[in-house]
Amino acid sequence: MTTALDITRVVQTRTRSADRRRNVTLALLVALLLVFALALYLGDYPVPVEGVIRSLLSPFTGLTDRGVDFIVLQVRLPRAILAVLSGASFALAGIIFQTLLRNPLASPDIIGIAHGASASAVFCIIILGWSGTAVSFGAFGGAVITALAIYLLAWRNGVTAYRVVLIGIGMAAMLAAVISYLFTRARLTEVQQAMAWLVGSLNASRPGDSIVLGGALLVLIPAMIALLRGLDAMELGDDTARSLGAKVEFTRLGLMLVAVGFAAFATAAVGPVGFVAFVSGPLARTMLNGAGRGFPQAALVGALVMLASDLIAQHLLPNTQLPVGVVTGAFGALFLLWLLMASGRSGRVN
Amino acid sequence: MSANHQLLAAGLDLGYGERQIVSALDLTLPAGQLTVIVGANACGKSTLLRGLARLLTPTRGAVYLDGKPIHQMPTREVATILGVLPQSPIAPDAITVTDLVGRGRYPHQGWFRRWTPEDDAAVAQALQSTDTLELADRPVDELSGGQRQRVWIAMALAQETDLLLLDEPTTFLDINHQVEVLDLLTDLVKTSGRTVVVVLHDLNLACRYADHIVAMKAGTIVTEGRPVEVITEQIVKDVFGMTSRIVVDPVSDTPMIVPIGRHHVEKLPA
Repeated sequence: MTTALDITRVVQTRTRSADRRRNVTLALLVALLLVFALALYLGDYPVPVEGVIRSLLSPFTGLTDRGVDFIVLQVRLPRAILAVLSGASFALAGIIFQTLLRNPLASPDIIGIAHGASASAVFCIIILGWSGTAVSFGAFGGAVITALAIYLLAWRNGVTAYRVVLIGIGMAAMLAAVISYLFTRARLTEVQQAMAWLVGSLNASRPGDSIVLGGALLVLIPAMIALLRGLDAMELGDDTARSLGAKVEFTRLGLMLVAVGFAAFATAAVGPVGFVAFVSGPLARTMLNGAGRGFPQAALVGALVMLASDLIAQHLLPNTQLPVGVVTGAFGALFLLWLLMASGRSGRVN
Repeated sequence: MSANHQLLAAGLDLGYGERQIVSALDLTLPAGQLTVIVGANACGKSTLLRGLARLLTPTRGAVYLDGKPIHQMPTREVATILGVLPQSPIAPDAITVTDLVGRGRYPHQGWFRRWTPEDDAAVAQALQSTDTLELADRPVDELSGGQRQRVWIAMALAQETDLLLLDEPTTFLDINHQVEVLDLLTDLVKTSGRTVVVVLHDLNLACRYADHIVAMKAGTIVTEGRPVEVITEQIVKDVFGMTSRIVVDPVSDTPMIVPIGRHHVEKLPA
């Protein structure tokens, strides 16, 4: 029978894709674990490997060493966890927008949402004189309001990807002007504080940041998974999606809300760390090479990029802790050049 | 399959915003036949197809699927009866043929019913009918235009619907691939009793393959019926604004339109 043979061919292709997805995921997980271990080990205060392990197990074994435990459990571990959570959040926000808008440039740090968070945070710091958690709340509100404004301005009997990208880029430029204006009115110390926030950093992270962000992810990730099925159809264009029975507007609005949530909570926690949202999705897809949409893999790439960048930022220069955004910015710029060169060769940006 | 679902439009007005494209159109699609919609550019044939496929909400009138207004039916339910291949579908980057065709199984899947051997069978069957099985593991963006078009048709076939609507599936194809696609659609009608509706540009191919031809002009139907009965020189003049001679297609005995044009008018015998 030919039919039996035919099905094998289809099954083979699907299995090959599934294998590749699994291998990429495993490789990324291993890499993430290694860098995570490194993040717990490296630091100004030398802790031997056994010390790190003992410290990690101390809640179970009861073998404590107050000094080492403080360094490992109170300083390095929360920072590494925050890097992982925020990196994954930025990555998911990025890949959702990039997929929905069918444009690798359409990540929230390009289409104005990060700028909304930044302008709001700078306003809170300079005009309202806020600091700490209050600024995070301000940034969160700014991101949400900006996303809403972009969506409403782009609305015309539905939302097209093209309009969202153009209006988002316009919005980004406008908000950048607002930030510049606020700087001209500020005192030097305020500018310094605002600049530190704008670059994005884990240096000032508090343990509570991870709890808030982790809680948000517990809601956002299931919501995203629930909506992802519709994306199977929507990737083929709106008409095809509707004819396949997908609820296009509902899925798009839902996924945009989830993506804004990812971006806003992550930005509130660590500041608008540049380029993580932008690079993670395309990097994950390159690794998968057609074997899937790459959402989980992008989250792992994001976590890895953030954690590795923070390690570099902490230890690149002796006696100076760079903000993580400086490293991701440099990394992102290289990636952007690579993307432009690659797309130049194939003659398209998409 | 071959449940012979019925699709009809009654008093249909369709448009985009203020611009009305199709007005007061009535059409019943004959079940188990190949219907071809023809007409000059911008006559509203694609708009009509989108209306019939519930992709465009009518401003007046309605489309009925088995007697029920299609725009009020659950879209998922419609998707198991009626498949559509729009004019310019988008293939995600680097997607494989199998994955793309598998997306046609979307309406048959749900929260708890994910991929099953039945889906594999449907995909394999769709690939086989479109003669694309050997492309199963290739990325879609590496295919030729003709291969890609067949893969998209396979995607619509994998949906396993009784009704199939295709918007200009032969655009950008060489003549041999055009014939191939139309042969395939004829097979679908003849062997599995599906109802197929297709918008076509080539009038001669339309006359050859259509069981039922619908000629449109300015958003209304000028004539419909069997090509041999309804396609006349006068109709061609009305619909396309072009003088022509109609001869019998030596291969299929269907009407064959020979356009005249300004430079050849004198050569014609009176």
